[in-house]
Amino acid sequence: MTVSLTLENITAHYGKTMVLEDLNLHVGEGELVSLLGSSGCGKTTTLRLVAGFLEPTAGHIRLGDRDLTRLPSHARDIGLVFQTYALFPHLSVKDNVAFGLKQRGIATAERNKRAMDMVERVGLSGFADRYPANLSGGQRQRVALARALVIDPPLLMFDEPLSNLDAKLRVEMRVEIRRLQQANGTTALYVTHDQEEAFSISDRVAIMNKGRIMQLDTPEVLYSRPANAFVADFVGFENVIEAVATGEDGDMILAEAGGALLKLPKSHFELPGKEFLLAARADGLTVTAAPGEGLPATLGLRTYLGRAYQYVCETQAGTLTANGPLGAPLETGANAVLIPQPEQCCVLPREAL
Amino acid sequence: MKRKLHPALIAFAVLVFIFLTGPLVIIIGSSLSSSEFLEFPPQGLSLRWYENAFDISAFRRTMGTSFFLAVAGTALSMLVGVPAAYAMARYRVQLPGWLGNVFVLPVLIPEIVLGFSIMKTITTGYEVPVLPSLLIGHALLVLPYCVRVTGASLNSFDFSIEEAAVSLGCPRWKAFFIVILPNIRAGLIAAFILAFITSLNDVSISLFLTGPGVSTLPIQLLAHMEQFFDPTIASVSVVLMFITVGVMAVVERTLGLTFLTK
Repeated sequence: MTVSLTLENITAHYGKTMVLEDLNLHVGEGELVSLLGSSGCGKTTTLRLVAGFLEPTAGHIRLGDRDLTRLPSHARDIGLVFQTYALFPHLSVKDNVAFGLKQRGIATAERNKRAMDMVERVGLSGFADRYPANLSGGQRQRVALARALVIDPPLLMFDEPLSNLDAKLRVEMRVEIRRLQQANGTTALYVTHDQEEAFSISDRVAIMNKGRIMQLDTPEVLYSRPANAFVADFVGFENVIEAVATGEDGDMILAEAGGALLKLPKSHFELPGKEFLLAARADGLTVTAAPGEGLPATLGLRTYLGRAYQYVCETQAGTLTANGPLGAPLETGANAVLIPQPEQCCVLPREAL
Repeated sequence: MKRKLHPALIAFAVLVFIFLTGPLVIIIGSSLSSSEFLEFPPQGLSLRWYENAFDISAFRRTMGTSFFLAVAGTALSMLVGVPAAYAMARYRVQLPGWLGNVFVLPVLIPEIVLGFSIMKTITTGYEVPVLPSLLIGHALLVLPYCVRVTGASLNSFDFSIEEAAVSLGCPRWKAFFIVILPNIRAGLIAAFILAFITSLNDVSISLFLTGPGVSTLPIQLLAHMEQFFDPTIASVSVVLMFITVGVMAVVERTLGLTFLTK
């Protein structure tokens, strides 16, 4: 059973504080969508609304053709994996996994069989009779996963499921989560503050800020073509430069930025307006000894990255971070120019965020 | 490596130990005396005062009443206290901070005042019969233990397991019984025992609430002592003491005593 999840115009408040503002989100059948953002951005609130632990002040939540908005949580049929795992301490691994089946009134024999099958699928065959207190973090995570999967829910939700694990196990478990989710074809909503985690396992990622979705797209698009300055900053574009288009020259756009004239190939950039922002990672600005065509800069601190040197650059557009080739290290205080690399830059609309 | 202890410290420790255990030794000693008077060291050994204690029907009857009050009063108190403790832990953010203190009032108010005001309201005010008054009084008296001890195990409780149960299809009221209660079992037992012992040994509240024909064992002891100053009191005390120790031993065996101090 594969269904899609739709949030329509959801607004939510804690007391008088608005935590979600007119949020729309669609998770397609069998799709895994992550909500990514720093704490307080509304991602966990969104998940708790879908789970039914909170009620929205306005809007609708639909799962397939069912309207969940006013349905009590226990009737929603959603598999949830918690940050703290939330295993039942007084039940064995097998009974933890069988809990949801028992609530559904499934007879003991079948219940045990299905629970044991699931325990085996998550690789805990020898641990069925253990209690949560005697399991490692990774094993607890597997039990939590098995417990949510065994009820065969149309929707799986994860609330920062890996944040209590060490780095190596995190990578291992996220692969496991993705594998099981794809094998079952279950629609999934995944909440995390870890960009790498979200990008690595999601079909699409929603980057959230202050109760709104700033951009919802595939990890590839988010990484290379952010839609606004917030997302650009979030995915690691260190440099955001204010620029004004001044004209054209053949297949080049002419723009003024930081007291210099820049030429940007039309093939790479589609300007959102006359005034725009040029965003670049440190790799997207190449430091070259002056004079030359580019943004004039005075070099500050130089650090060695292995693949390049990184410079702190003082320019008329502010302090920027840019990389220079390993062959010719430049000294602090030297004059240089920064040349934007079209395929590693993007343009953004100027807007108040 | 052996640490050298200061002789004064050892002496002090021994003194404290004597003061703590001395009265118990004296009580046990005098209860075994064969003389007519409460005295220590005992003159001759006999169990006649134990026999006497069980012969006096007032002691047998009041012991029954005391046990009934301790069990029923504590049970009544748990019925109110456990849900209250749950609500205060679960909705800590939403509920006002002073609410928890209300449930501790019975230990903050001098017991004698509490006893008097309960008598004034329910016994004379509403003319409630003696036994139900005693029951209400004892339930009130032990309420702080029920709320506080249960509350202690709920304060560190991870309520996401309740949400997990709900997400797996279990209604909230049911989750309270099959997920919350089993995981605070130790706290519940601790609360019950503390409350039970407090009720069993109470004098001040019962003093006001006992009436014609209905009394508790500690009150009966007081009454007996006013007329006869014989070792019966000591022997009844020893019996009470051993009941308490017995209860504690059972707890120690099943749960370990540390949870009482946690």
